[in-house]
Amino acid sequence: MKSNGINVQNLVKKFSSITAVDDLSFTVNAGELFGLLGPNGAGKTTTINILIGLLKPTSGKAVVGGYDVLKDARHLRSIIGVCPQEPAYYTYLTGQENVELFGNLHHMPKNILKNRAQDLIEKIGLGEDAKRKAGDYSGGMIRRISLVMALINDPDIAFLDEPTVAMDPQSRRAVWQFIRDLKTQGKTVILTTHYIEEAEALCDRVGIIDNGKLIALNTPKALLAEHNVENLEEVFIKITGRKIREEV
Amino acid sequence: MKIQTLSALTKKELKKNIRIPGYLFLTLIFPLILTLAFGLAFGSFGTGETTYSIGVVDLDNSDWSDWFKTNLSDSEVMSISSYDDIGTAVSDLQQGRVDAVVIIPTNFGQSCDSFWADPITPSSWYNATVDLYVDEGSLIVSNAIPPLIQQIIMQTLYGEDFSNTPQPIQLGTAEKVDAEHFTQFDFMAPGMFAFAAIFTTMIIAESFTEERATGLLNRIQVTPTTPSEIITSTIFANTLLAIVQVSIIFIMAGIMGFTPKTEFLGFFIAFVLVLLLVICNIGFGLITATIVNSPGAATGVSFIFILPQMFLGTFVPISEDLGRLVPSFYVTDALTSLFLRGAPALSETILIDVLVVSIFCLIVTIIGIILFTRFGKD
Ligand SMILES: Nc1ncnc2c1ncn2[C@@H]1O[C@H](COP(=O)(O)OP(=O)(O)OP(=O)(O)O)[C@@H](O)[C@H]1O
Ligand SMILES: [Mg+2]
Repeated sequence: MKSNGINVQNLVKKFSSITAVDDLSFTVNAGELFGLLGPNGAGKTTTINILIGLLKPTSGKAVVGGYDVLKDARHLRSIIGVCPQEPAYYTYLTGQENVELFGNLHHMPKNILKNRAQDLIEKIGLGEDAKRKAGDYSGGMIRRISLVMALINDPDIAFLDEPTVAMDPQSRRAVWQFIRDLKTQGKTVILTTHYIEEAEALCDRVGIIDNGKLIALNTPKALLAEHNVENLEEVFIKITGRKIREEV
Repeated sequence: MKIQTLSALTKKELKKNIRIPGYLFLTLIFPLILTLAFGLAFGSFGTGETTYSIGVVDLDNSDWSDWFKTNLSDSEVMSISSYDDIGTAVSDLQQGRVDAVVIIPTNFGQSCDSFWADPITPSSWYNATVDLYVDEGSLIVSNAIPPLIQQIIMQTLYGEDFSNTPQPIQLGTAEKVDAEHFTQFDFMAPGMFAFAAIFTTMIIAESFTEERATGLLNRIQVTPTTPSEIITSTIFANTLLAIVQVSIIFIMAGIMGFTPKTEFLGFFIAFVLVLLLVICNIGFGLITATIVNSPGAATGVSFIFILPQMFLGTFVPISEDLGRLVPSFYVTDALTSLFLRGAPALSETILIDVLVVSIFCLIVTIIGIILFTRFGKD
C-alpha cells in the first residue's frame, strides 16, 4: 500500500553521550504540512536525517511514503526531496546548473526538467540570477536555489530543514508562498523551524520538540487553546519554562 | 548505473576542473608550463657535446689492451666506459648513451707481441682487427672517431713517435649503427606524462573532502544516485582530462623537439598507461579523502602519495629499486622504452609494465573505493 505519509515509532538516536532523539513517535498524514518546532540542538535535523536515510537510528522504526528507511532507502530516495539545513550546492556551477544537475540525478526527462527548472526559478524570484555562478550568491539567494534543488524532482514528500533561516522578511514570505503551493499540489511536507511565526503561518500541525523529546503535538490553534496562550512561544514557555530562542 | 546520472556528474566534474582556477592550472596549464620549461632548459636548444663517449669492450684483457684503453682515456676528446659484452655496448650506442663502441679483439696483445718480436717481418705477425661501431646519425662522430682510434692504436703499438708504417693491427671499417640523438629533455619527456597524472590525487582528495564537508555528498546520497555512479563519473571525467593532458604534453614536447620513436599502437599504449595511472591516483585521492576531514588537510596529506611517485617514478631518478614501489615508475619505464628505445608496443617489457600498472590501479582503486564508501562519509 503506497501512502505518502510518515510514521515514526519510538525513534532514538544517540551520539556517544548525547541522546539527540529520545523516543520520538508521531505520524504525518499524506498531504499534510507538518512542522517540527524546537530550539537549537532539539534534535530536529537529526530526526530529518534519519527519515531521509542518512543516519541510522539507534533504535526505533520510521516508515516514509510506505518505505522503511532502514530497509528500503533506495525506493525512498526516488520519492523524496530534501532541502538540508546547511545549503549544499556547487559553487562553480550556476544556480540553474545546480538545479538541473539534481533533476538529472532524479532521472527526470530532459524537456520536463528544463521547463520545471525555469518555472521554479521564476517562482522563487531568482530569474536571471540563476545564470550566475552560485559561488557569487548572497545567503538568501543560496537558500532559495537550494530549495529549488530540493523540489526539482517534484517529490511526493519534501523535507525542508529550516528553509527560511537568516532570510529577510520579504524573501521569507516568498518562500512561505512557495511552500503553501506544495500543499495545494497535495505534497506531504515536513518542515523544521525555530521561527514561531513560520510554524503558525504554515503548518497544519506542529510537533514541538525539546532535548530530543516530543513535548507537544497538535494544530497551532489547538495548541494555543489547550494552553490558553497567544502564540506557540508561550506554549513552549509553559511546558519547559524556557524560551525557544534565548534573547542575545 | 544510469547514463543520465553518469553524464550529469561527469559534466559537473569537467566543469569543476575547468572553472576552478587551481584545478584548471593543475590539470591543463601546469603540464603545459612543465613541458615548456623543461624543453627550454634541457631540450635541443641547449648544449652541444664537447667530448665523445666511447664504449670499450675488452675481449683480450692483456697488458697491451690495458695500455690501449689508457691511451684512449688519456685522449682529451674521449671519455671511456667499459662494457663486458658487445651486446650491451651496442644497445647503449643505439640508445645514444655512447657515441661509439670499440671492440678490442682477443688476439690484440698477441698481435702486439708478435710485432715487437720481429718488427721488420710482417709475415711473422699475428693480425688482429679492432672493430668499431659508430653512430651513423652523427656525421661528426662517424667522421671524427675512426681516425682518432686509428691514431691511438698506433700510439699504443709504437709509443709516442709512431710513423705510418705497416702494422699488424687494423681498424675495421666503422660499422654504422642507427642511434638516436637524445637531449636530456628526451629522457625527461616520458616522466612528464606520469608527473602530470600524479596530481590527480590532490584534486580528487580535495574535491571529495570538500563535497563531504559542504554536505554535497550527503545531498547527492539522498537522490537515487549510487556511490558507484559517483566514482565511475569521477573516473570518466578524469580520463577525459587525462587524454587532453597527455595530448598537450605530446604537442608541447613535440614543439620542444621530442620525437617519440613509436607508431600508433605505441601512442595508444602510452595513453592507456597514463589513464591507468590517473585511475590509480583517483584511488590514492579517495584514500586521502578517507583519512582527512578538511580540504586543506587533503592537500597536505595527498603529498604522501604524490611525492614518492614524483621522485621515484618520473623524470627525477633517485633509485630504480625504490622506484618499483610506485606505479608511476612503470609508466615512465614503459614510455621510455616506447619513445626512446623504440621498443615494439607489444614487447614483453612494455606488457609487463602495463600489467604491473594495471594491478596497482586495480588494488589501489578498490581500496580507495572501499575505504571511502565505508568510512569516508561523515
Ligand atoms: N554527528 C553528530 N555527532 C555528535 N553529536 C551530534 C551529531 N549531530 C548532532 N549532534 C547533537 O545532537 C543534538 C541535536 O542536534 P540537531 O542538529 O538534531 O539539532 P537541531 O534541532 O537541528 O538544532 P538547530 O536548530 O541548531 O539546527 C545536538 O546536541 C547536537 O550536538
Ligand atoms: Mg538543525
